[in-house]
Amino acid sequence: MFDWFAKVGKNAIDFFARFGREVLLFIQAVIGFATLIPRPGLVVQQLFSVGVRSMLIIIVSGFFVGMVLGLQGYNTLVDFGAEESLGVVVALSLVRELGPVVTALLYAGRAGSALTAEIGLMKATEQLSGLEMMAVNPVSRILSPRLLAGIISMPLLAAMFSAVGVFGGYLVGVDMLGVDSGAYWSQMQAKVDFNDDIVNGVIKSFAFGIVTTWIAVYEGYSCIPTSEGVSRATTRTVVYSALVVLGLDFLLTALMLD
Amino acid sequence: MPATDDNLVEIRGMHFSRGLSKIFTGVDIDIPKGKITAIMGPSGTGKTTLLKLIGGQIKPQQGTIHFHGENIPAMRTRKLYAARKKMGMLFQSGALLTDMSVFDNIAFPLREHTRLPEVMIRDLVIMKLQAVGLRGARYLMPSELSGGMARRAALARAIALDPEMILYDEPFTGQDPISMGVLVQLIRSMNEALGLTSVIVSHDIQETMAIADKIYIISQGEVVGHGSPEEIDKSDSPWIKQFMHGEADGPVPFHYPALPYKEDLLAEY
Repeated sequence: MFDWFAKVGKNAIDFFARFGREVLLFIQAVIGFATLIPRPGLVVQQLFSVGVRSMLIIIVSGFFVGMVLGLQGYNTLVDFGAEESLGVVVALSLVRELGPVVTALLYAGRAGSALTAEIGLMKATEQLSGLEMMAVNPVSRILSPRLLAGIISMPLLAAMFSAVGVFGGYLVGVDMLGVDSGAYWSQMQAKVDFNDDIVNGVIKSFAFGIVTTWIAVYEGYSCIPTSEGVSRATTRTVVYSALVVLGLDFLLTALMLD
Repeated sequence: MPATDDNLVEIRGMHFSRGLSKIFTGVDIDIPKGKITAIMGPSGTGKTTLLKLIGGQIKPQQGTIHFHGENIPAMRTRKLYAARKKMGMLFQSGALLTDMSVFDNIAFPLREHTRLPEVMIRDLVIMKLQAVGLRGARYLMPSELSGGMARRAALARAIALDPEMILYDEPFTGQDPISMGVLVQLIRSMNEALGLTSVIVSHDIQETMAIADKIYIISQGEVVGHGSPEEIDKSDSPWIKQFMHGEADGPVPFHYPALPYKEDLLAEY
């Protein structure tokens, strides 16, 4: 019985200690943004590897998700004779929910895991230690540009996902199932609100960009510097990111609908 | 205690432990200016840890490490970074940044810490590469270098900022005889030509004895002997004898601490 309490206590302490380390690292990395002002090239390089390289998977997935929404939405709406509203259904689902969430999940799998593995291997091969001994702060030199690039990329990737998804829905709904093209666009234009829908979606994707990239760089930076340690850290990045994104999504949605 | 003029680094009464294992229990080491000091000892005695302590990457629980008369563990980050610019460290793996070429790796500390124009950086890098004989290899990526070449490139990077001291972490380990000879010669010539202070952590007796001015032997957390190579060679301390002659059993036991053999064999399964 006593052992059980001790175990719960130890886990709780470990959890908060870990959370504290994560927050401290995040703050250090954000402070490090200042060092990037004279060297924007570092961020551009990371924008390419984190953002541009994730575009293909995001665009292809967005297109398919849009097509599925078109099919499913049409089949439900047609029972009520409301298939003209397909554009609204597709656009709202994408902009408010699927765009930010699915993009964040794909981003964590594509870019987050790569970041963790890269930073973890830099640690394992003493490159981070080497930077420190060259009087270069590894947090601001390595983590800050990656974190900033992730925060910038996520909303843009989510926007692409939603935009491509709307066209996917159009392809299925209008071209294949015969919904009126004018109705698809005009209802969408009438019902999608800029502040309530689009801005909220951007806020979500921005928040997801922060947490997924934060998790990825923390896991890489704090991993055990062996091949097993790096592999575990990479797995943790994907699992934690997925859980945090879905949990945070519920929280943000509840706040936004309030 | 302020460092005397002769010593660049002075370690006094330094204790360091990681978790429950005690790595150093009261170590005193002097590193004289302009000389090559070797720290030797069996693997697992924390020789690399000692270099990290000198570099301020980890802090001892007790004791002082003075560099230029200032205590490294007590330094604030900014000061520590300033002190590190006066040190170069050669890692066992080289620790070259794998996403840039040899040229960019050596230019890296110059670009980070100086505002020199690119033309001048190019000249400096070529001079450093010439010193280690890799001028022709400047466009290769670190993955294309052999182990010995990687270590030489890393040495060029370590001297890029013209430090006062270089810390060598196991420079000879895993090198073929030719690379080993090249490194021995480089370390010695760097020390003479640039007036450097060198600290070598190693367990390669032959090579280290050949170039060191002063040797410290550490075992099980303590300094078990120090002196010039000749003094170490003549020493009758059982610790030093065992290490220098590679005897399997002695003060450092062959067996990891365990139950008596007979008892272990007869123990209930």
